[in-house]
Amino acid sequence: MSLLEVTDLSKHYAGRPSLGDRLSGKRRTLVRAVNGVSLAVERGEILGLIGESGCGKSTLGRAILRLHEPTDGRVVFDGTDVTALPAPELKAMRRRMQIIFQDPYASLNPRRTVAEIVGLPLALHGLASREEARAVTARVLERVGLRAAQLDRYPHQFSGGQRQRIGIARALVSNPEFIVCDEPVSALDVSIQAQIIALLLELKRDLGLTYLFISHDISVIGYLSDRVAVMYLGEIVETGPVAAVLDNPRHPYTQSLLSAVPEIGTKRARGRVRLQGDLPSPLNPPPGCKFHTRCPLAVAACRTLAPETRTVGPGHSAACHRLDEGLSLLEGAR
Amino acid sequence: MTVLLEVTSLRTEFATRAGLVRAVDGVSLQVRRGECLGVVGESGSGKSVTFTSVMGLVRSPGKVAAGTIFFDGRDLCQLSSEEMRAIRGRDIAMTMQDALTALNPALTVGEQMAEVMVAHDETLPAGRAARRSAIRERSVEMLGLVGIPSPETRLRQYPHEFSGGMRQRIMIAIALTCRPKLLIADEPTTALDVTIQAQVLELITDIRARLGMAVVLITHDLGVVAEHCDRVMVMYAGQVVEEGPTAAVIERPRHPYTRGLLASIPRPALRGQRIEPIMGQVPDLVGLPPQCRFHSRCPMARPECLVAVPMLPAGPGRQARCLRLEDLA
Repeated sequence: MSLLEVTDLSKHYAGRPSLGDRLSGKRRTLVRAVNGVSLAVERGEILGLIGESGCGKSTLGRAILRLHEPTDGRVVFDGTDVTALPAPELKAMRRRMQIIFQDPYASLNPRRTVAEIVGLPLALHGLASREEARAVTARVLERVGLRAAQLDRYPHQFSGGQRQRIGIARALVSNPEFIVCDEPVSALDVSIQAQIIALLLELKRDLGLTYLFISHDISVIGYLSDRVAVMYLGEIVETGPVAAVLDNPRHPYTQSLLSAVPEIGTKRARGRVRLQGDLPSPLNPPPGCKFHTRCPLAVAACRTLAPETRTVGPGHSAACHRLDEGLSLLEGAR
Repeated sequence: MTVLLEVTSLRTEFATRAGLVRAVDGVSLQVRRGECLGVVGESGSGKSVTFTSVMGLVRSPGKVAAGTIFFDGRDLCQLSSEEMRAIRGRDIAMTMQDALTALNPALTVGEQMAEVMVAHDETLPAGRAARRSAIRERSVEMLGLVGIPSPETRLRQYPHEFSGGMRQRIMIAIALTCRPKLLIADEPTTALDVTIQAQVLELITDIRARLGMAVVLITHDLGVVAEHCDRVMVMYAGQVVEEGPTAAVIERPRHPYTRGLLASIPRPALRGQRIEPIMGQVPDLVGLPPQCRFHSRCPMARPECLVAVPMLPAGPGRQARCLRLEDLA
């Protein structure tokens, strides 16, 4: 059984109708940030969730932890239906499911010391007495590469990379099994990014953690994930083992995403697919396949009918009408 | 190719409460006509400040304290602010990382494009109506050039009505309006998604070829440099540490920092292998001793590295600021 099983999860937000809409009596608009997503994360693996900004990947991460209450669907963690848990049990469950945020500047309270920030989960979950808490906190800080002497400092006294370490320490202190890493290295410089990635991998190995790793950076996802899920406009369009998805992407969106990444050293092995246009607004998503407005392979059916997710290989599935035709945007140049 | 921009021993300082920060400390560089120079470095390396200095846009408490900046045969440091203003936007144009804050939210895109032409273009006709239609025609042409659909309608819209990628294109269109000889693009794609990033970079490369313009591409992304730049210059803590032809530098870096940067980029090809991060962090720029600035993080540092290191020849068209560059050959 998977550690985490997400079934048909949706998160919709009621958009504020514009004045014009209200005068003309239009109904409330709905932003379908996450729309019927199903995925599973096995114990001890890293599932990489990739997508461009606005595709709903962060909302999905938060809906799984119920930091944003899902509109619909189920999240089962280690056999327990998290979506049905009443508040006290949910709190207990949160000890086991944690999150690391993207922005190391905005996600730490500037008025609290590191000891207070990192030690808070211990107090909330009653895991340690006040005297023990300081010792535990110090130990976790050293585990993430900071010093116990820095316990009484404030976030502004640290650099971006060090703050991200504080964020990681806070997530680790309650001894969780599963961590949602929401773009944890995106705000960092290259050399610091590498330090944090190395730290996250080391912690995962030593503590037996499971990650849902959210990023827009294919290089990062490709480097550290075991499996990958590709998200577009609130839906998962392709998922599979990292090697399968990266070497043999089946969905046209995955193909164009991969071909857009600038590469170092190797001469471009694949043809460049140039996607036209921008991500459509989730307020007014296109009918049929959501990708059809930008897809060079779109045919009439794509404009009206949403494609089913189908298996294309071992553990590898994609949602596209034209899978059987064996078309590839990358063909020819490979 | 002749040299278009030549900067020699540039020093730009900021007086802060903590002390004097030498954000740019002795930077020398050349940009030849029509070439694309990539400038790579992490935050605080001085890459943006170097080129805001070239543009004459460093504001108090910062100032250009030393050095010469020759552009097309004239020393920009000796020019009056009027003369500088005539060059800026006409001969050298710069696009900023964050298009939303760089564009004026209260003016339509058409108005902002017209401003540049009114300020710089002497070939505009004198009559009011003729002038207006000439400006309009040129604006439509520029928006078309950067691939914005239905430019006539778009000209009447405000920056907030465009997506991030479109705003970056508009800034590029404005920068290109007067056909500058040099375009300085400061992190043009950092705020953009990868599919949009690819569109914008191809646009810049394409226009460069068509207009024969030189481009300075400031970025922290070595992948972008590898694909789009003829030469690359790597900056660290206010200094140039390595420069040379892109392919040669990336294939065989001659400075430990460049090597460390390349080794820290996670790549799917490196799965299962450990990436080797550069340890530690960038030094505080206040009161730096004159020694090699990278030595505290350098895996190859020796006691003799505790001296000021000049740029040393490191192969054809290449230089690196390292005493041990022979060991990296």
